[in-house]
Amino acid sequence: MIYLDNAATSWPKPPEVLKAMTDSLERSGGNPGRSGHRLSIEAAMVVYETREEIASFFNSGDSMGVIFTSNATHALNLAIYGTLRPGDRVVTTSMEHNSVMRPLRDLEKKGVGLKVVPCARDGTLDLSEMAKAITPGTRLVVSVFASNVVGTIMPIAEIASIAHKAGALLLVDAAQAAGALPIDMQEMGIDLLAFTGHKALLGAPGSGGLVVRSGVDTSGITPLMRGGTGSQSELEEHPHFLPDKFESGTPNLVGIASLQAGIRWLKQRGIDAIRWQEKELTHELLEGLCNIPGTKTYGTLDPERCVAIVSFTAEGKTVSEIGLRLDEEHDVLVRVGLHCAPAAHRTIGSFPQGTVRLAPGVFTTRDEVHAAVKAIATVVSS
Amino acid sequence: MNYGIVLFHTTASAMQAQKLLTKAGLKGKLVPTPRQFSSDCGIALRFDWEQREQVESSLKSGKVDIAAVHRL
Repeated sequence: MIYLDNAATSWPKPPEVLKAMTDSLERSGGNPGRSGHRLSIEAAMVVYETREEIASFFNSGDSMGVIFTSNATHALNLAIYGTLRPGDRVVTTSMEHNSVMRPLRDLEKKGVGLKVVPCARDGTLDLSEMAKAITPGTRLVVSVFASNVVGTIMPIAEIASIAHKAGALLLVDAAQAAGALPIDMQEMGIDLLAFTGHKALLGAPGSGGLVVRSGVDTSGITPLMRGGTGSQSELEEHPHFLPDKFESGTPNLVGIASLQAGIRWLKQRGIDAIRWQEKELTHELLEGLCNIPGTKTYGTLDPERCVAIVSFTAEGKTVSEIGLRLDEEHDVLVRVGLHCAPAAHRTIGSFPQGTVRLAPGVFTTRDEVHAAVKAIATVVSS
Repeated sequence: MNYGIVLFHTTASAMQAQKLLTKAGLKGKLVPTPRQFSSDCGIALRFDWEQREQVESSLKSGKVDIAAVHRL
């Protein structure tokens, strides 16, 4: 079987990740930070050390600003609903996933001014358009780091500088980028970074977070939920300090442990080595596809400017037919359709039929990519 | 044994403090916050009162957010 759906969730996971998950239940199975006995403290230490690991991995400068959530969608909702009030203005791109677009469209109905900056057909952003859209007084700018449809990488540092000049906060959706690209929040000027644990960070589904850069004022950001935090238990009001302000209820210890192991595994392998390997595989895929008559490939077609995500369509074939035949006849697993990102598909010109998306991962080999291209050629030509 | 206790706002700070003390070779144990103290966070750090100065300076240099320090 050839798994080319790592943009949906990475598979397989390193054995170290699976071990960390069972260890977290076997050895440190208490409720983190609630009870004060040894198993509770062991569990709290796993959670805390993962905060440190994440703060260092993204260079956010403060482990207290690492907020665990159940996925990137949860983190994005927390940041978006926590920050924006009726009358505020928010700017985003036309390449966003619905985890950004749906909260913003909802808030637009409730009196938030929304400007969606159109991107080019290859998914790239014109910074001068962005600069025109980010007027003084804009409260928030939201941008995807790398598109989940075509992999196109956004100029995040440049967007940050424009946003900050206007006094806006920058929220980045790093669902595809975290673990696939080096991310330095302080150097790039990312104020809030939403990530998921189960894609390129190699953790389990149900893990993720919102990282607040050191020095960012969170007093104006309201929590999505309120409840038990293991702190200020004598009060019926919710605490205002991080991370407790944005974390209520028993956290996903198993998922957090998997995230820690995933990040440690990535650090050992080296993010630059992984990036190099994924660029190679992307190049092989793009080259293979352009030799198949009748196919159309979307995006920049340049492995330097995208993460390992390739989208294509084929003349006379629906994407669902291609996906099903790749699975049933060739054991190649891909994702077809709109990838929860209708705006991005409108931008690249593949709405409403969608595309076939190929997403190699850290465990994908060149041989697998070549076999997949051969299978695609067979399916498309028959 | 004479003990002191450090109280924190959040569990995350208690964990951070424990790690710093271990690294500095100081004795410290995370315990449920004694009920006589207004508890900010349910977990507190117990230490040898004799090492109070080293403990406090170690936590200060690690920029740990502390709610209070008491003698037990």
